[in-house]
Amino acid sequence: MTTDPLLKVTNLTKTYTGSPSMVARLLGRKPVHVRAVSDVSFSVGRGEILGLIGESGCGKSTLGRAILRLHEPSSGRVEFGDADVTALSPPEMKAMRRRMQIIFQDPYASLNPRRTVGDIVGLPLQLHGLENGREDMREKVAMMLDKVGLKAGQIDRYPHQFSGGQRQRIGIARALISNPEFIVCDEPVSALDVSIQAQIIQLLLELKREFQLTYLFISHDISVIGYLSDRVAVMYLGEIVEMGPVESVLATPRHPYTQSLMSAVPEVDGTGKGQRVRLKGDLPSPLDPPSGCKFHTRCPLAIDICRQRKPVTETVGKGHSAACHRLAERLSLLEGAAQ
Amino acid sequence: MSVIETNATVAAESLFRRNMAAFMENRLAFGSAIVVVLFVFMAIFAPWIAPNDPYNTNLFFRLQPPVWMDGGEWAYPLGADALGRCILSRIIYGARVSIFIGAAVILVATTVGILAGLAAGYLRGWVDVVISRLVDILLGFPYLIFAIGLMAMMGPGLGNIILALAYKEWVIPCRVVRGETLVTRELEYVEAARALGASSKHIMLREILPNILSPVIVVATIRMAHVIILEASLSFLGLGVQPPTASWGAMVADGRAFILESWWVSTFPGVAILLLVLAINVASQGLRDAFDPRFTE
Amino acid sequence: MKDPILLDVRGLRTVFDTRAGRVCAVDGVDVIVQRGECLGIVGESGSGKSVTFASVMGLVRPPGRVEAGEIIFDGVNLRQLPPRQMQALRGRDIAMTMQDALTALNPTLTIGEQLAEMLAAHADDLPRSRSDRRRVIRARSVDMLTLVGIPSAGDRLGQYPHEFSGGMRQRIMIAIALASKPRLLIADEPTTALDVTIQAQVLELISNLRAEFGMSVVLITHDLGVVAEHCDRVMVMYAGQVVEEGPTERVISDPRHPYTRGLLASVLRPGLRGQPIRPIRGQVPELIDLLPQCRFMDRCPEADEDCRHLIDMRPVGPGRRARCIRTALPTTEKAKA
Ligand SMILES: Nc1ncnc2c1ncn2[C@@H]1O[C@H](COP(=O)(O)OP(=O)(O)O)[C@@H](O)[C@H]1O
Ligand SMILES: Nc1ncnc2c1ncn2[C@@H]1O[C@H](COP(=O)(O)OP(=O)(O)O)[C@@H](O)[C@H]1O
Ligand code: SF4
Ligand SMILES: [Mg+2]
Ligand SMILES: [Mg+2]
Repeated sequence: MTTDPLLKVTNLTKTYTGSPSMVARLLGRKPVHVRAVSDVSFSVGRGEILGLIGESGCGKSTLGRAILRLHEPSSGRVEFGDADVTALSPPEMKAMRRRMQIIFQDPYASLNPRRTVGDIVGLPLQLHGLENGREDMREKVAMMLDKVGLKAGQIDRYPHQFSGGQRQRIGIARALISNPEFIVCDEPVSALDVSIQAQIIQLLLELKREFQLTYLFISHDISVIGYLSDRVAVMYLGEIVEMGPVESVLATPRHPYTQSLMSAVPEVDGTGKGQRVRLKGDLPSPLDPPSGCKFHTRCPLAIDICRQRKPVTETVGKGHSAACHRLAERLSLLEGAAQ
Repeated sequence: MSVIETNATVAAESLFRRNMAAFMENRLAFGSAIVVVLFVFMAIFAPWIAPNDPYNTNLFFRLQPPVWMDGGEWAYPLGADALGRCILSRIIYGARVSIFIGAAVILVATTVGILAGLAAGYLRGWVDVVISRLVDILLGFPYLIFAIGLMAMMGPGLGNIILALAYKEWVIPCRVVRGETLVTRELEYVEAARALGASSKHIMLREILPNILSPVIVVATIRMAHVIILEASLSFLGLGVQPPTASWGAMVADGRAFILESWWVSTFPGVAILLLVLAINVASQGLRDAFDPRFTE
Repeated sequence: MKDPILLDVRGLRTVFDTRAGRVCAVDGVDVIVQRGECLGIVGESGSGKSVTFASVMGLVRPPGRVEAGEIIFDGVNLRQLPPRQMQALRGRDIAMTMQDALTALNPTLTIGEQLAEMLAAHADDLPRSRSDRRRVIRARSVDMLTLVGIPSAGDRLGQYPHEFSGGMRQRIMIAIALASKPRLLIADEPTTALDVTIQAQVLELISNLRAEFGMSVVLITHDLGVVAEHCDRVMVMYAGQVVEEGPTERVISDPRHPYTRGLLASVLRPGLRGQPIRPIRGQVPELIDLLPQCRFMDRCPEADEDCRHLIDMRPVGPGRRARCIRTALPTTEKAKA
């Protein structure tokens, strides 16, 4: 599938440093470090959709923003086409932004309430000198609005005059108008009702075909990811624990976390009621991540070595890899349980 | 194209219009706003409204009482001061000084405060450290003493008063703007602008500023009343606007010597200060209630 | 023998008078909850799910008011109950957990204080003496928190709501709701804000507690998967009305209302990869000045002129009703015809 990688991420790490207050500093408290993304590597082929799934707080948004350098990566490399994104100078980066875009989760917070739809969607054209005067800009914006299923006549309205689904369409129009190649979709449908979710996903798939786009599609919903991605990466506490073609990962999930994630999804046709891998407890605090395999505190299969040593990523199938100490025994275990 | 969402929008009432409507419903605040407007009107059209020349001294009318007292007459409705100048006319002209200085100080201070606050809140880092320390230091000085010191150094004059007051006044809007900016910069639309390649200048002035303007305007009106009092205080101390220019603070000071026998010389300019400051305060309370949802229950 | 029906709501109508006009949020809704059953309520946001049950609880505040309808709970007409008795009944016999656990819990009181308040108000078997009372309440609070899966509950009684994660807050709210062992638990979107692994924990908890206490549960959600796995019966709401109801399995395998079909078609499944989805067009209408016609008409793929009049719920099978003129034939046969 991945013949021509468009995006290549190597050992990307992002650490947030929370500076303590003056008082805390005087008391000798050290700044806290949150390692939100830890040593992540993957690539996305041109025209591909890579789904990124994980519970909230596991670092999905941070990864998406670090790739776009909205939050500067702490270490690691991001290559896009022939360019090393992490090494670009500010003017080069500005030019690069035309080619890589992002769609946000919150349809309310992601649009400036004081600007009209025309200004919001037209901004990329202005910033990158892609318009010849105001009339030309309005014409281009109107065409884009039509493409995302809004009416050209709505160009002078303000965001609060639209519903959640319509606002998400405005956000999509803004991301697409500069004709980018790659888009980070950061949970673009998580805040919407199922019916509207389906509309927006349909739109994103149509636009992908029409503009030959490549998506990094972030979601916490395995049904959404399973429906639209070509490959999927599963994230837990800042690390990718399993990655591979979507058919392979969903049909034969090898990491216990992926398994529990999948079996937790209630299915409309009741098929989910079968074998369950139930997780105990919440996601551990990223301030103080568990030792060894970060999943061991919740893992039903954890043994001593999991608490001590970090598992390495192993290939478990064609293009399919996972990081767990018990991969070799795993399939037999589940089969044993089933019999 | 795919589906078009029908039944598009909710009532298209703009936020500003809704806020204004709420403001108008508050009778007291609305009435006060009208009083403020009347004062401004009076200041602008002083030459047409004032019954006499405010600088014309005529010792024949020295300390003449207001019209409703014995010895008063319609030519000098609020009486005359120690030099026989018409008090009403001087109050009308004095409104020019008070309102002009108040507005000028607030304008300068708010502009500086907005720019400094935006820079501190959005750029963070050393810019924030420098600006925030400066703000802390300035806040440490008592306001009036700071202004008196500056006036004593720079000497009197309209421009100097404005500078002396603005030197410290900008701290107030700066702190408001910085706080609001810290919150707003984390919103996704700001991140979206950065993702599109927008410059810091664009983000600060076009994306953030319009969204934090309401609390800034509210604070500016509240502070305007304060600045008017400060200007009156400086003039009262003789450090403000120099005679013979009519200034309410100086007029109150002039009348002190005769406060027992000719109370009107000090009292009427004092009442003018009180009325304008009170009206501004009540109106700005109303503005605050209408525009800043955090203050409304 | 006890009446098998615990809650019987008939013709409920709740309106909000707003600047823009009269919002008819709930319009002629009937709800029946049997003893011990779990009833699922589904529908897009804005279809009136929360307002329906806020009305049952007597929690609708101005500008809203319950305009018409009967709410019979265990033989008592709640709309005629004096406020004091309603207050006592709320929490003791019916409890409701709110969608947003952070705002529904009081941020200024510790979890222990909020639980104790609930226990003290509704338990009749507490000892007289102050210190005994305190001890018993504390012991019960710890039991409740442990029951909903909060580890080291004793230590956490002194913490405030913001010190807990979203999933924990939702479970704490359930603990508070269950403190008085109500006969009916109304859970308003208890898992919408949670991750699937936590959602599974919370739903399992509710199921277990239902079995343990024999209470009835109303589960409001917009996730049809949740309904399929946890509810005996389901009620589909649209634009302030019930449009379909019946046993869950039957409704999901053979939906009779085009809206139910649309909702089901919008649910994505990995198995549908590569196949086009046919989501419902458009969005939920504003509930102001609605025309006397099928409310789903603008969005319905099967609508025609016959739909342009008021349509009542009609029986479409054993225990099933739907609000559509085209419900005579099951979908499968219609496809063949
Ligand atoms: N600006 C920030 N400063 C400090 N910590 C952050 C910041 N943004 C995110 N984090 C932390 O990084 C972790 C990952 O967050 P995020 O990437 O938003 O997760 P996700 O998108 O998967 O929900 C979380 O623990 C979060 O608290
Ligand atoms: N306080 C209120 N004022 C005006 N309208 C309201 C209020 N609360 C709810 N509504 C209206 O009632 C309708 C139903 O709301 P709700 O029951 O919360 O929907 P759901 O729970 O199904 O998402 C919505 O259209 C909403 O606009
Ligand atoms: S390494 Fe151990 S703890 Fe981690 S997922 Fe595998 S079995 Fe579980
Ligand atoms: Mg996120
Ligand atoms: Mg609701």
